[in-house]
Amino acid sequence: MLILEQLVVGHEGFDLRADLTIAPGARVAVIGPSGAGKSTLLDAIAGFLPPKAGRVIFQGQDLGPLAPGARPVSMLFQDNNLFPHLTAAQNVGLGLHPNLRLSKAEWQQVAACLDRVGLAGFGQRKPGALSGGQRSRVALARVLLRDRPLMLLDEPFSALGPALKAEMLMLVRELAIETGATLLMVTHDPEDAAMIGDQTVLVAEGQVHAPVDTDELFTNPPETLRAYLG
Amino acid sequence: MARRAQPVSSVIWAGAGVAALVLVLTLGTLAAVFWRAEEFSALGPADWAAVRFTVLQATLSAALSVALAVPVARALARRRFPGRGVLITLLGAPFILPVIVAVLGLLAVFGRSGLVSDLLVWAGFDPLNIYGLTGVVLAHVFFNLPLATRLLLQGWLSIPAERFRLAASLGFGPGDIARVLERPMLRAVLPGAFVVIFVICTTSFAVALTLGGGPKATTVELAIYQAFRFEFDLSRAALLAAVQFGISAVAAGLALWVAVPAMTGAGLDRLVERWDARSAALKAQDTLALLAVALFLLTPLGMVVLSGLKGLADLPVSVLQAAWRSVLVSLGSAALMLVLALPMALAVVRLGRGVASGVLESVGALAIAASSLVIGTGLFILIFPIADPQALALPVTALVNAVMSLPFAMRALVPALRDIEGAYGRLADSLDMRGWVRVRLLLLPRMRRPLGFALGLAAALSMGDLGVIALFADPEVATLPLQLYRLMSAYRMEQAAGAALLLLTLSLGLFWLFDRGGRLRADT
Repeated sequence: MLILEQLVVGHEGFDLRADLTIAPGARVAVIGPSGAGKSTLLDAIAGFLPPKAGRVIFQGQDLGPLAPGARPVSMLFQDNNLFPHLTAAQNVGLGLHPNLRLSKAEWQQVAACLDRVGLAGFGQRKPGALSGGQRSRVALARVLLRDRPLMLLDEPFSALGPALKAEMLMLVRELAIETGATLLMVTHDPEDAAMIGDQTVLVAEGQVHAPVDTDELFTNPPETLRAYLG
Repeated sequence: MARRAQPVSSVIWAGAGVAALVLVLTLGTLAAVFWRAEEFSALGPADWAAVRFTVLQATLSAALSVALAVPVARALARRRFPGRGVLITLLGAPFILPVIVAVLGLLAVFGRSGLVSDLLVWAGFDPLNIYGLTGVVLAHVFFNLPLATRLLLQGWLSIPAERFRLAASLGFGPGDIARVLERPMLRAVLPGAFVVIFVICTTSFAVALTLGGGPKATTVELAIYQAFRFEFDLSRAALLAAVQFGISAVAAGLALWVAVPAMTGAGLDRLVERWDARSAALKAQDTLALLAVALFLLTPLGMVVLSGLKGLADLPVSVLQAAWRSVLVSLGSAALMLVLALPMALAVVRLGRGVASGVLESVGALAIAASSLVIGTGLFILIFPIADPQALALPVTALVNAVMSLPFAMRALVPALRDIEGAYGRLADSLDMRGWVRVRLLLLPRMRRPLGFALGLAAALSMGDLGVIALFADPEVATLPLQLYRLMSAYRMEQAAGAALLLLTLSLGLFWLFDRGGRLRADT
């Protein structure tokens, strides 16, 4: 269970408030107008932005004192999810040990994860020699390998075409179900929200609203969402 | 950022430690000089002459460099021609050119038996004599005209292309362009360029040693050397060191006061379409400026190569030994520079943009105004009671050279590190890549290019340095620049020419190797 308890985060002159609970294993879309603070919310959960007030609690543990790398979180950013000077296998292997000193069995695990995302045999390629979709798959292979119970996705597929994006979202959905992880994904597309799961969190006007059923939200949108959807 | 929530890391301690060491080497050595100078006499007439000459030659050199750079930079900014890129690269070359090699080349062109004198004699005039103020200023212009040109070219290219388009659509002539667009830019850029070159010229030693000298043409740096080396008059050396420090401090203050342009070096190959400069007269003017500067820079170097080829065949063993020593010193100096620069750059970036990182950055830049002769004198005084300074001549030279190249290394490394942390810092954080793992797997691989450049610069600067080594060396142990100077002083010009070509090749070669190594297999 992920609890945002009286959480206030933000930059100078901008506050975002959240007070809500997300069920274990839920797959939640985070939607809202640009600049509303969707990425800010994820940054706070991932530990990149210390909260001004309140707490982030996951599985009964206050994440506050933990550095980003020590949190039970796997995160995908909008871009730069891979190190261009490392091979696909090395980029995935970082998920096991950040110093890349892996045993033979662990390298086999890396290969298995690449295999799972459909990239068998691509391990020795560097990101420059991969397509955009393949790069996303490498990043997802690392998420799979890290097997952290909380997956945060900050629009990592926004540069992909519609078909490829749908493919990736289905893969994300499968991986989340396989690992039982709780998934939060920022998007501005209602279709994306419907594709990955059943719940949606609306971020608007400095407020993170509690998660609601995605279908219900879009068939009967509140005032703030209606303005955004147009 | 979250990183700040973590305890002060070892990176910051290491950076602070290195900064303290640099402070000891720059300011601490000055204190040592003061401590050793038991009594202070007032400045004598010779000392005042040195101060006057230092300021005079620096002012003249900076003014001439900047003034001559205006037509050259303007021509480069508005003309497209084959070889433009090569010429711009060539303008960066004097930076890694050993001073003594350039001096030899300038003598071959402007000296008493140089090309120009030959022409004059043939036409029935007296040959030139460039020793003294003329020679010192000539050499400084040779080194700094290219720098000034690059700084001004940067200024020209900072004028948005749209302004020139607007000017063309309004029917501006060259005079209007100059008044409305170019002069305001020059007013902003010229003072900074002048001050940078003035600062560089105030710490001139090797040029004054070779082309100056005598009571009329001695810089303060040269006077320190003479007081130390010939008279072993430590109080006088200390007093002069203090004077040099004062001059440097005033010059550095000037540099803080006027906005000094940052040397980016990137994007100088951009070209702006100019509709106002199509007249034949302007074309001729630009062609003349470019030809003149190319000739001025290339002829001395060509002469070094030409006359060097003859001497290269029978170089004395002493030169080859000196060359080997110089290569070792230069590689050692590059390695030391890395040991100093890396922790400092890492700490500066880790500290963000606060006061602490500003202080660290300033310490890194301190050496730009520091005098290697003052540092050398101080180190000599500190080492003397515990060890034989002459035995340590080479390590000390490597260390001082490393400190002197630190500012340039920091300028290359800090922005590169900031970019890497900006693009990949969060990913590395989220994967818990910290400490040495982060340096090894993220920072070093992605810093290869600036790192190669900085190492090449440090190696080339150290290879060609004729400063501290002149203070410390005994007759047995010389570096290649010092050996070359000795050959010149003994008028063994053929061997000197060969040694100069060897030194030139080694300096440029070392720079090329490192710089190239940083570019190879650099995955972007």
